[in-house]
Amino acid sequence: MPTVHTDLVEAANVIPMRDENQVLREDVFGHDYELIIEPGRAERHYWRDLWQYRELFQVLASRDISVRYKQTVIGAAWALIRPFLTMVVFTVVFGKLANLPSDGTAPYALMVFAGMLPWSFFAAAVADASNSLIGNANLISKVYFPRLIVPIAAVMVAFVDFLISFGILVALMIWYRFMPGWQILLLPVFAGIAFMASLGVGVWITALNVKYRDFRYVIPFIVQLGLYVSPVGFSSSIVPDQWRLVYSLNPMVGVIDGFRWCLLGGESQFYLPGFCLSLAVTGFFLWLGIRQFRKMERSFADLI
Amino acid sequence: MSDIVIAAENLSKSYLVGHQFARRERYTALRDVIAREIRTVARKTVDVIRGRQIVQGDEAEEFWALKDVSFEVQRGEAVGIIGRNGAGKSTLLKILSRITEPTEGRVRIRGRAASLLEVGTGFHPELTGRENIYLNGAILGMKRAEIIRKFDEIVAFAEVERFLDTPVKRYSSGMYVRLAFAVAAHLEPEILVVDEVLAVGDAEFQKKCLGKMSEVIGGGRTILFVSHNMAAIEALCPRCLYLASGALLEDSSSEAAIAAYLRLNRDSLRGVQSRPRVIQDGLLLKCTRLSTTALHSGEPLDVEFEFRADEPGQLRECAVLVYSAKGMRLAIVDLRECGVMPLRYGIGEFVIRMQITSLPLVEGDLMLGLYLVTNQFVGNLLDVAELTIVPSQSTARFIPYPADARGLLVLNATTSVVIGEPLAPA
Repeated sequence: MPTVHTDLVEAANVIPMRDENQVLREDVFGHDYELIIEPGRAERHYWRDLWQYRELFQVLASRDISVRYKQTVIGAAWALIRPFLTMVVFTVVFGKLANLPSDGTAPYALMVFAGMLPWSFFAAAVADASNSLIGNANLISKVYFPRLIVPIAAVMVAFVDFLISFGILVALMIWYRFMPGWQILLLPVFAGIAFMASLGVGVWITALNVKYRDFRYVIPFIVQLGLYVSPVGFSSSIVPDQWRLVYSLNPMVGVIDGFRWCLLGGESQFYLPGFCLSLAVTGFFLWLGIRQFRKMERSFADLI
Repeated sequence: MSDIVIAAENLSKSYLVGHQFARRERYTALRDVIAREIRTVARKTVDVIRGRQIVQGDEAEEFWALKDVSFEVQRGEAVGIIGRNGAGKSTLLKILSRITEPTEGRVRIRGRAASLLEVGTGFHPELTGRENIYLNGAILGMKRAEIIRKFDEIVAFAEVERFLDTPVKRYSSGMYVRLAFAVAAHLEPEILVVDEVLAVGDAEFQKKCLGKMSEVIGGGRTILFVSHNMAAIEALCPRCLYLASGALLEDSSSEAAIAAYLRLNRDSLRGVQSRPRVIQDGLLLKCTRLSTTALHSGEPLDVEFEFRADEPGQLRECAVLVYSAKGMRLAIVDLRECGVMPLRYGIGEFVIRMQITSLPLVEGDLMLGLYLVTNQFVGNLLDVAELTIVPSQSTARFIPYPADARGLLVLNATTSVVIGEPLAPA
């Protein structure tokens, strides 16, 4: 495109900038960067923009992580203590008092924890993401950046906690001398699905929460209820067979079952149709969430 | 190819504002309250179903913050934007910086634009100065490599070397602002959109900021600059847009636009009448008239308060309150000193007329209020009128310090410099 080049040369003449900057700029926005702001216009370069702002995403996430445990005495240990205690309570209540069966021969505590890992990640991610935009209202109303960065950063922060609490799982496995099978190699895939499920639901609620603050009261409720509706404290194999497919409409069912299958090896039965359904629901939420978010994104600054 | 970097065509932006119906009835029955609440909830539900915004209040009204604004900016131009509060300046900047989208019209922007609507956006009090530089830089759109390269420059500009690893919540407010501005000042976009961010820090730092600003403009970058500081605009920007109630009134040289701003403020608003205010049963402040709502420091001001009484009574005390837009009381005129109090009045209208012979105040928005004591009422009527002290057109060849660095009063002083002579004993 010769015209564009002459234009660029002109620009370089008018604007005395250091060469390295010039290079940087071309790198960032390409040669003919023209932006059109119009009502209802979808951003043409949305995904590219999002990629350009990846550093901001990193910075926001690391800000939230480093601020999270400031001025606390035991710091990141909180990420270990909470899931550990929940696991103990669930093991006692469901495993000992209610005497529910575990998956195969796997220790009940291990089964609970394998389910709790993705669940607490999901719960924290959805709760944090949905408040993230409102918590960053000063940013939203003063600077432009693709708003999707904010909830994604919040999910990312929850993901770090998730990785930390993995330590407990390793400790538990050593304690019970439990050797996972080859299935554990597929764990990253399921972690990815958990991430997508959290992101989809999180982003969707985030967008709605900006406009209708009612969701602020709905979320803690959903998170609390979800803990019992999802197979966290018990194995999903105790759900009667005829309901199993319907049960899998909950996207976390597929994720949790997947985690158990990976971590407990052959001890946990893998229910494929249910998993596919969960996956489809996850995909649907991701699509819905991002679509809703992008539709409302441009009016966030006016609503917040 | 043309060298237009910003082209705005018929930009308009509307907001929905909610209104509360005036609550006339003195006693409200629970039944009415419930009925009203149910109506409100029903309306909101309909709004939600239609995907509309929820507006508080009983009815929603469309308000045009910006209406049909078109202009073009050439590469390398520095354009000032002026107008009273609420004229649409900030809305325009927000649209240009993509924070909000216009309701109608469109803008085309060529080049990398960055906006600076506030210094210290995203600063986190728990993080150290160093961390905040990276955070703020990234938020303003700087690349990490760019920040690293300019890091020392930023720190030196902000003069916070010793406190780099202290959380900014322990900073003094001056240090905080300096650091925030320093990051922003090292932003190097092709197009820079700046709101009134120069009005920060102490006088010394202000000078530095203005210096940096003219350096940036001299560097050939395109700049849009909003300020209430006419003198700064005149000195920094050759061209100026003058907005009033959302419309673009004037797009010309800064000199002409500022003159128009001052003239229009004086003419169109003269004798503006305020809403009637009920003081007590049977006594109403019908309106407040000012000879002008925009005057230069030191000029006289005529004020008239028109009352209407439906029953006779007496004003025992009355004082006119002068306070800043931020609510700081600057002065009062105690009418007892003028010998007109107590004032007995009969049924009908009466007017209290006064002239303040001089208002030697630094430019800014002022409010007038009334302190009243009657037989049934003791208290303040706030915001009965507002006016603006506008800056004098600069005759000097320097940029005056921004208004909020200059205190409240304008003092008259004469100075002389004695060189080379021993001081005469007093």
